[in-house]
Amino acid sequence: MAPHTVIGPPGPLHLPRWSELWEAREVLWRFGQRDILLRYRQTLIGVAWVILQPIVTAGVFALVFGRVAQLPTGGIPYFLFGYVGTLLWTVFASTVNRAAGSLVSNQALVSKVFFPRLLVPLSTCVSVLVDFLVALVIGFGLLWWFGVWPGWAILTIPVWVTLCVALAMGIGLAAAAIMVRYRDIAYVLPWAVQTLLYASPVAYSLEAVPDAVRPYLLANPLTWVLEGMRWAMLGSAAPPVWQIVGAVVVSGLVLFAGLLVFQRYEREFADLI
Amino acid sequence: MSAATAISVRGLGKTYRIAHASDRPTRATEAIVARLRHPLRRTTFDRFEALTEVSFDVAAGTALGIIGRNGAGKSTLLKILTRITPPTRGQAELAGRVGSLLEVGTGFHPELTGRENVFLNGTLLGMRRQEITRRFDEIVDFSGCGQFLDTPVKRYSSGMYVRLAFAVAAHLETEILVIDEVLSVGDADFQRRSVQKMRDAATQGRTVLYVSHQLHTVTALCSEALLLDRGTVSAYGAVEDVLATYRASVAEHAVVQRETRAQVPAGILHVVAATTTRLTYLPAEPKRFTFTIQAEAAPDGPYFLSCHINDANGGVVAQCDSRLGGLWFHPDQPQEVTLDLRQPWLKPGTYTVDVFLCRVGIVDVWDGAVTFDVEQELPYAVTGTAESFGRGMVLADFDFGVR
Repeated sequence: MAPHTVIGPPGPLHLPRWSELWEAREVLWRFGQRDILLRYRQTLIGVAWVILQPIVTAGVFALVFGRVAQLPTGGIPYFLFGYVGTLLWTVFASTVNRAAGSLVSNQALVSKVFFPRLLVPLSTCVSVLVDFLVALVIGFGLLWWFGVWPGWAILTIPVWVTLCVALAMGIGLAAAAIMVRYRDIAYVLPWAVQTLLYASPVAYSLEAVPDAVRPYLLANPLTWVLEGMRWAMLGSAAPPVWQIVGAVVVSGLVLFAGLLVFQRYEREFADLI
Repeated sequence: MSAATAISVRGLGKTYRIAHASDRPTRATEAIVARLRHPLRRTTFDRFEALTEVSFDVAAGTALGIIGRNGAGKSTLLKILTRITPPTRGQAELAGRVGSLLEVGTGFHPELTGRENVFLNGTLLGMRRQEITRRFDEIVDFSGCGQFLDTPVKRYSSGMYVRLAFAVAAHLETEILVIDEVLSVGDADFQRRSVQKMRDAATQGRTVLYVSHQLHTVTALCSEALLLDRGTVSAYGAVEDVLATYRASVAEHAVVQRETRAQVPAGILHVVAATTTRLTYLPAEPKRFTFTIQAEAAPDGPYFLSCHINDANGGVVAQCDSRLGGLWFHPDQPQEVTLDLRQPWLKPGTYTVDVFLCRVGIVDVWDGAVTFDVEQELPYAVTGTAESFGRGMVLADFDFGVR
């Protein structure tokens, strides 16, 4: 039976047609595949880049915050501590940045071919996750090298990554849609992400933060997932239940809000780009 | 909607809101500043009705040509039917999947190989992986790019690029196929095969919507046609009838112009009519224009005509002056002057002819006396994309050789 489509003016609040998204899921993989192929084919050092980036960043953190500032980490080697933070942070930052720019960089497609536009920003997480997996394998190598065994908490890694991607994707979706209309988001966003890096306990631990500032950091949802990730990989203290529940709720809400913003702007993409 | 109807359109309308250039911010910061400065002001818009009250039904298995002047709403209609842009009013029902060939090669990535692009583009157009795998050899055969499948398409010639892209789209197995001016790519043989492919699609019971300025391909491909005029359906039916209506409406437009010219009182030296033998020409074909000039009551010596051939952007492509042919005309009797334009070859597009009637100074000027189109059918052995000829003002008659 051929599908029957009715095209009409968009309503005030329109959610994506889920069945249509599912039908077009292959587009998601193809886009993801394209991004991965392109990156590893075009860049000279390819895979090495994905490994080098977090290692160098973690090295700098270890030098600056560990050696120079002598911040505490609860007995974990600073390099390892920084690496795990960077790992999750990279997932967040890359998802936000790539998703946000995705519509504008695929504008020829968006204005010429129909497919659920939502797949364009969503597909960016495919390549981000592949990068993450590569870096994670190195991370396991580092755990073995430093002789750290976090216990069975290690099985919760996918939970923290999923929450982090959901949070980032919510922001990325909204930014992608707004960027179609206002291109200066492209300049503001990387700066905002950069600022957030220092406002989140990526390079330093919560215990290094003065008591007066700590409540602000604890209000940051990224803190919750970072704490969870450190628990999963380094065996540090498990985050309290309210943070875990909070992370799930906030990530879900942000993703949903991003989706609504995206869908609200979606109708005018082809006319604006 | 009955079972045999593939497309049913009811009261479809599309209004574009065009904000005044000065108050449409393109930066979020500008938008915020503007909002802070004038918190209560609503942005004012000009409304542009691209489509109004469009209704029609297309039976399954019909090849429908959509024709109309530039700006009649053809592309907007296709964009709505392919769901690229939503309508403002009304609705359209489609029985089946819609495949579109709106622009060949959108979605091709230059860094990816031919093979990878076939899969990427096929998926984007709505094909499933098994479907592409199953028809992969067929697609490659049709394109004739077999030996370059693992080469990045950035190294392809523009002809190969376009052929591969078209081949993917031509093998879509959707119930409804929408095509916008894409059959004009590739060499003559490839074009012939493409038209054949489209015709097969219609005979296999698929519904084809085809938009074109090239009336001859519409006749070759379609059994029915829809004429759009300023956003409304002005004729719908058998292709010959609609094309006749279209030609008449173009002629009528010229008549209106001629009538206003004809109101000039007799006895004044004036160009009263200007015609072109055909509304569309091939680039290399000789073009003939005829000008009728009424007699002067008190003849005041011979005059000459000078014509500017302008492209759509208003650039003067050529000036044709009767003095250069040693031809002066006498005003004591009405004159019918012909202008035969053989060279240069004109690039595809719309052109206008301005006529200047002069003695010592200019006596009469008629801007846009004649409008004609030049078709997208290049006079060269192999047809390329605009990238291979678009930089020039005109098309040159040239040959490359090897010694």
